[in-house]
This record gives sequence, structure tokens and C-alpha cells, in this order.
Amino acid sequence: MTDTAEGSSTEILAVDNLSVSLAGREILRDVSFRCAAGEFIGLIGSNGAGKTTLLRVILGLVAPTSGTVRVAGRARSGRNPLIGYVPQKIGLDPDMPIRARDLVGLGIDGHRFGIPRPTAKRNALIDEMLAAVDATRFAGTRVGNLSGGEQQRIMIAHALISRPKLLLLDEPLANLDIRSEQEVVNLVARVAAEQNVTVLFAAHGMNPLLPVMDRVAYIARGRIAIGTTDEVVTTESLSRLYGRHVDVVRVHNRVLVVAGREEEGLHHTEPPSRAAPA
Amino acid sequence: MIVAGIGSAVIEPGFFSSAPVQVALVIGAIAAVVSGVVGIFTVVRGQSFAGHSLADIGTAGGSAAFLVGINPLYGFVAMNLVAGGVMELIGIRRPRGRDVATGIVLGAALGLAALLLYLDTTSTSTTGATINVLFGSIFTLNSSMVPVIVVLSVLAIGVTLVLYRPLLLSSLSADLAAARGVSLRFVGIGFLVALALAVSLSAITIGAILSTALLIGPAATALRLTKRTGSAILAAAAIGVGATWLGILLSYDSYYWTSSHRGWPVSFFVVMVVFVSYLAAGLFTGRRATARRPLERGVR
Repeated sequence: MTDTAEGSSTEILAVDNLSVSLAGREILRDVSFRCAAGEFIGLIGSNGAGKTTLLRVILGLVAPTSGTVRVAGRARSGRNPLIGYVPQKIGLDPDMPIRARDLVGLGIDGHRFGIPRPTAKRNALIDEMLAAVDATRFAGTRVGNLSGGEQQRIMIAHALISRPKLLLLDEPLANLDIRSEQEVVNLVARVAAEQNVTVLFAAHGMNPLLPVMDRVAYIARGRIAIGTTDEVVTTESLSRLYGRHVDVVRVHNRVLVVAGREEEGLHHTEPPSRAAPA
Repeated sequence: MIVAGIGSAVIEPGFFSSAPVQVALVIGAIAAVVSGVVGIFTVVRGQSFAGHSLADIGTAGGSAAFLVGINPLYGFVAMNLVAGGVMELIGIRRPRGRDVATGIVLGAALGLAALLLYLDTTSTSTTGATINVLFGSIFTLNSSMVPVIVVLSVLAIGVTLVLYRPLLLSSLSADLAAARGVSLRFVGIGFLVALALAVSLSAITIGAILSTALLIGPAATALRLTKRTGSAILAAAAIGVGATWLGILLSYDSYYWTSSHRGWPVSFFVVMVVFVSYLAAGLFTGRRATARRPLERGVR
């Protein structure tokens, strides 16, 4: 695998020989890769491929069977203020008594005891972050009443307000319509570039990420192929990763990954048979 | 003058000068405030069933205390703390494990309560025990209990306010909280302590069976009306105090409603006021939501 950031002083994430088993099942096997400061990496794989597990190991929520994870040179430990995290579909109940700006504020000090004390500095920081994700308009709305795309903006602001070096997003495009999908992707790319944050963006389809990602980390059968899309998303490379023949087809700047010929009718497309936006 | 005139028409004579009423107003308000503060997080965390179960389980403690002649409050508190600990221990984190664990502990405790209440009734040869423990007896509370109640209330509110931000974060997403280094177990146990105390205080006010009404009702009403956690807590406390005081007043007044002079229980009135305010809040927000919907569709 190509390690563009190997040995570099701006290396933010270093995953070495990582293996993870959950309930006796091997989820990740001997995975190694590195990410440099400011890189945007798409973590692509189908459901159950191990994307969430990889993110949880990096966060320190799951212990690996073997191997190491270092973030900005530090081994993982309990709370890591260097990591911002947007979890998979958090169910925000409409009754939840919390405004968008309060949720962003919890990104500063949500782990602390006591009630939040609104200082001018804290409010200014929240306002600035809300503006950065174009959420000022609905800052005073209850989060449960926001649309899926608006909720994702708030979650991104929540994750970035503590100025982390690494941003992990777990399927933030799930359940979004195509327009909100592209908005969220562009937003993450823009804000991450402004703050020089390394992004690990998990998604099951790579097409929305093609315009913005520097490299793709393709995950299948517990293994990862990482590199530029031209290196990784090829018939040879992905066939090796999947352990069977797959075809990579490029149409109108979009990529389709199609399962092997011997499996007629079992077509897997990226994203699964969805019409391209006009 | 006019206010006094209306007052004397609504409030029957002797209301404020009656010692049991004074004690009931003070203790009822304290219990309602605690229930409001803890209740918001109970609803938001989806632990209403756990709250109700604690209340029922507390019945065993309350009736045991009654049997040995100490104040039922101590029985409620002891039993609820133990039950809360056991529930957390048998995996309250997994939703299904939580329901099963709660259900099993609940069944056993209610069985025990059935025995103890039977013994209470036969040994004291009054039927008052069952009614007192299950449905409350706020007018029989002694003012000497006030200091203990204040201490327990401060403890319950203190724990909730100390855990305020981690509680909120873990209610939004357990993963998010854990990733930020919040100990979910610590927060969970801490909150169950506050919940156990709130339920106990509510139990001596309106009874073990009905105490969930004071815990969940004002909180659910406040959640319909507010959009900030802080204001939801204040609103829940205010609604709870209002319902409790109104309940006490109506119960006192009801003595004069019939010629037989049988006052109706406070618990009935409190629960009804809570219920009506919840429905009213629903009508209010329902109308607001329908008025807003077409506009939102236009924006998107």
C-alpha cells in the first residue's frame, strides 16, 4: 500500500498491522495505513465491511487484537481531544430539548461536569463555528426539528469546534437525498481545508466523494487498499481485494464497481443502482 | 380586596392556617422540583419505564418500613437505591436486557410488597397501610421530616446538575459521549441514584404507584413547550409545583364539596392536573406545528 505520509512530520494518523476480532469474528486483518495533515480520505466499503469498527478502534472505543493506532504520534487513550467524531445516524428525537447551537457548544465542553456557563468567548466560538458550516440560520432551532442534512451540519460543527487534528465521519450520507449528500461532502471538504484537518470519511459509495478526496481507502474482507482512485479503483486492484473478479466501469466521471461475470444478476454498483444527479 | 374575595371563594377557610396543609405544601413543592429536574433527563434518556419500575419496587421498601414502624421514606430510599444498583448491574445498557432485568426485579419486588402490605394490614389492624404506601398520604407527613427531605433533594438535584453535560451528551449518542472520554457506567449509576431519590420523594407525596406521574408528566409537558434543556428543567419544576399545590388545594376543598365531608385524595387531583396540563400542551404545540408546516415545505 502506498504510504504518502510515511516518515513525514505532518503525519496525523498511523495505523500499523491492525487486527480486530469481535465476538470471535475477524473484522480487520493486518491493516496498515498513514494519513498526512489536511488529507481527505474516503473510507469506502459495503455494509459490514469494517468501516465502523476501524473508526471505533481509532477512537479507542474498541480494543484491537493486535497492532497499533497513533494519532499525531500519540498512542490511543481514553479521551483524545485531537479527534473529532460524527457518529452513525444518531436518533435525534424532536422532543430533545436542545437547540442546534447548544449541541455545538457541547463540542467544547460536553465531557465536563456541571452546567455550561455561557461566556462571551464561548458564544463567539459557537457563532463562528455555526457560520463556518452555514448553520447560523437554524442555530436557535431544536435539533430534532432539523432536516437530516441540517443535523449533519450541526454534528460536523460539534465535532470540529474543539479544533481536532483528525475528523472521523461514520456514514454521514446515510439517509440523505442526493442534493444534501453533495452539500455535506462539499462542506466537510471546505471546512477541513480551512482548519487543516485530516478527514476519514466513511461511505458505502465513493461517487459523492470523488471531487474532493485525496485518496481512497477501500475496505473489503477485513483488508484495506489505499491510494489515489486511479491506483485503487481498478479492475485488478479491487479484484485482488475482493478475492474474486469485479469490473470497474467509469461513466460520466462516476465509478461503478460491478460483481464478476460468473455471478449474473448479482450486480453491485457504486452507489447501488442510483440515478446520477442531473 | 377583589383578589381576597376570589381567594376566599376558591380557597376554603383554614387552608393556610392548617399545619398539615403547610407541611404538605412545603414537602410537595420540594418533591415536585426534584421530580422536574430528574424527570427531564429520565424522559430524554428513555428511562421512563425504569423510573416507573423503581417506584413500584420501592413499594416493598415502603411497606417494610411501615411494618417495623419507621418512616416509609427511608424504606423507599433504601429499596430504590438497591433496585437501581441491581438494574444497572444486570446490563441496563442493552435495551432488551434492560427490559428483562427491570421486569424480573419488578416482579419479585411487587410480590414481596404484596406480602408486606398484607402483614402491615393484619398487624396494625388498619387498612390505612396499603393506601398510604401505594397512593400517598401527604397530609399525614410530619414537619420533622423536612430536614431529611431537603438533604435528599439537594443530593438528587446536585448529582443531576454535576452530571448535566455528560448526561446530555450520552442521551444524544452514547458513542459520542464515550469517544469524548465520558464513562457511561459512572454517568448511568450516578443518574440512577438521582432517579431513586426523586422517585422516593415523589412516592411519599402522591404514593408509590402514582409517583411516576409527578416524575414523567411535568417533564413531558415541559418538553413540549421548550427548546432548551435549562428552560425545560425550570418549566418541569414549575409545572410540578403548580400541579402539586393545586392538587393539595382541591383535595382540601373537596372536604366541603359533599355533605358527607369525605375529602378526595391529593394524589388523584395532582395526577389529574398533570394529565390535563400534558394534554393542553399537546393541543398548543399541535396547533403551532400545523401552522408552521406549510412554510417549512416552501423553504426546502
